[in-house]
Amino acid sequence: MYISATGNISPQKTFGHQPMLADTVVFTGNRLTAIEPDYKEFIEPKLIRRMSRIIRMGVAAAMECLQQANIKVPDAIITGTAYGCLEDTNSFLSKMVEFNEELLTPTAFIQSTHNTIGAQIGLMLQCNNYNNAFVHRGFSFESALLDGMMLLKEKDASNVLVGAIDEIINNSHSILNRLGLYKQGEVCNLDIYKSKTKGTIAGEGASFFLLSNTPTATDYAKLNALHTFYKPAGKTEIEQQVSSFLQNQHVSINDIDFIITGNNGDATGDEIYEALSKTVFANKKIISYKHLCGEYPTAAAFALWLAANTVKFGKPPAMIENNYSSEKKIQKVLIYNHYLGIHHSLYLLSAC
Amino acid sequence: MNEPVFVAGTGIISAIGYTVAECLDALENGRAGMNRMQYLDSVHKQRLPVAEVKLSNDELAKLGNLTNIKSRTALLSLIAAKEALTNAGIENIKSLRCGFVSANSVGGMDKTENFFKNFLTHNNKGKLRNIINHECGSVTELVADALGIKDYITTISTACSSSANSIFFGARLIRNNIVDLVVAGGTDSLTKFTLNGFNTLMIVDEQFCQPFDENRRGLNLGEGAGYVVLVSEKVAATLKNKPQIILNGYCNANDAYHQTASSPDGTGSFLAMSGALKKSGLQPADIDYINLHGTGTQNNDIAEGTAIKRLFNGQYPKMSSTKTFTGHTLGASGGIEAVFSVLSLQHGIIYPNLRLQTPMADLPFVPEREFIKDVKVNHVLSNSFGFGGNCSSLIFSKY
Repeated sequence: MYISATGNISPQKTFGHQPMLADTVVFTGNRLTAIEPDYKEFIEPKLIRRMSRIIRMGVAAAMECLQQANIKVPDAIITGTAYGCLEDTNSFLSKMVEFNEELLTPTAFIQSTHNTIGAQIGLMLQCNNYNNAFVHRGFSFESALLDGMMLLKEKDASNVLVGAIDEIINNSHSILNRLGLYKQGEVCNLDIYKSKTKGTIAGEGASFFLLSNTPTATDYAKLNALHTFYKPAGKTEIEQQVSSFLQNQHVSINDIDFIITGNNGDATGDEIYEALSKTVFANKKIISYKHLCGEYPTAAAFALWLAANTVKFGKPPAMIENNYSSEKKIQKVLIYNHYLGIHHSLYLLSAC
Repeated sequence: MNEPVFVAGTGIISAIGYTVAECLDALENGRAGMNRMQYLDSVHKQRLPVAEVKLSNDELAKLGNLTNIKSRTALLSLIAAKEALTNAGIENIKSLRCGFVSANSVGGMDKTENFFKNFLTHNNKGKLRNIINHECGSVTELVADALGIKDYITTISTACSSSANSIFFGARLIRNNIVDLVVAGGTDSLTKFTLNGFNTLMIVDEQFCQPFDENRRGLNLGEGAGYVVLVSEKVAATLKNKPQIILNGYCNANDAYHQTASSPDGTGSFLAMSGALKKSGLQPADIDYINLHGTGTQNNDIAEGTAIKRLFNGQYPKMSSTKTFTGHTLGASGGIEAVFSVLSLQHGIIYPNLRLQTPMADLPFVPEREFIKDVKVNHVLSNSFGFGGNCSSLIFSKY
């Protein structure tokens, strides 16, 4: 199946028609904020006012993706979000606690359900087709993507819109900070990999993809395979998972031109990437991406966007590799990501 | 890709019983689970009846032998999922590729709302152990880990249609050869967040709900969990008690009308039901029983009823809303009602739509009022519709 279009709102300048910009947006502090576009191009102004930030980001990324693919109504809309609509949830919950269950209004509650973004996209498009929402932590996006891939295989859809959306709000950031997820003290996103300290930097984003059964002239890449595994016992099992994933696709590691790994600067979490770079990924070109988008449960969707662009243009976007020079166009890209050591995923993409 | 997927086991916990057998007994004897609120500590205690599982968290933990799980949503889930696996009688699940596909609407919100009381006074306050399982997926993982399932784990949340979607996603995982067995369904515990949310929408009934009644006033919220064990044909063939029920059809469609209200003609409901029929290759006349979504709100029942009128066009199967017993269990309802649908096929029974006094004037059919046994049931349609226009229908059949 083919990735025929993408729409990506992230802490970097990844959205819209502008040529891929070379400059990386630099953040200080442990929180990367998404750069929001001018929504008027994608959403009616009176709807924009009613939508919370995550809904706007999700809807705009989805619309951009569909416009790019020139598809009005997809056969399916599938979203993945670990945290859901935090702003609306937080708003209703805070008022409920503060006013002791009195004086509440329904708007925030209505928009707090985890399927709101997919539902809003369906509503705007008047799309009566399949609509699903996955909410499983570091597997949220991968489950949504698998659902879409299965629908295409089952021939119940010829194209599917799949997206990942997660937002940071002040309260979630302070709670996750207390849980020890993020680096303390001075930190810059460009320096996280060499810090060798505990924790990472928080990120957010909305990344949508249009997958199709049939190729077009403007496709980004072929999505060959996706595999997830949960709480592996250790390095050996992870290496086995990588090997059998490639084997099942009849691909050798020698065929892979480019590997994207999910390093996030957390000394412990990054150990496995370091280890694999000496074994199954030895002597391969490996790059990391979370200095661009930060860490969040659906961050691998950002990696998929990067991989799709890398395959499309035969070289990585300048924001990630300014001076990439190689005689050979990049044909095959492997992504390996894990979230908190619990949720592991592998993606294989190739040129069309 | 189209091989049959069998239901090998069922498990349930709800306001009308802690096991499948207890729920069946309550259904047969017309015992509804609504009552005055005893366990949820809400200011609406006196006014809004709810269908609670009448056990405290400690008692639930004791019932399930689960000393280390504190989340009510996870406790309910694990008790029902364990029953389903035991009922399936599969000796060595370790030899199979197993999945757990669960659903819930608000994850660990029951604990989060307590955490927030202190947290809102200062963001360094509140015990972190009360927030750690807030995410919907965390609840699923607590249960998957306790069941020893790890080959495929995920969580779906499409409001009130969540667990219908998790059941047919599970079946598709089997058909796509990703797993051999899936425990699929959903769970939700009552929370103040949800109760107040529905209350602001003014669709909560202050009396016991009366779905499909002309004078219906709204829904009663409930809690619980329901799971089916789905297996491939290959696994089914190895079981001592060969499963006789299959998940025969399914469809997920979207009403695309409003974030919370259903379209007056029930477009989404119609598309979900007709899509499930198409998938199963059955005709409307083949359906023997419809387990209605039937929440008791003005809006749902007329939309669902209108869609049934259009689809079945004069040949109406028997139908009822078992939410008249369990209340609306939200993310669990599709799972609980899938189990009721399977039991209807296994035992040849139809459940009553309790408290039905005045049938809806605009509908040409009336749901069943009495418990019926010794009836031939070959195909059951189960409806689950939710916020966001999410409409899903499942068809279970004898095989």
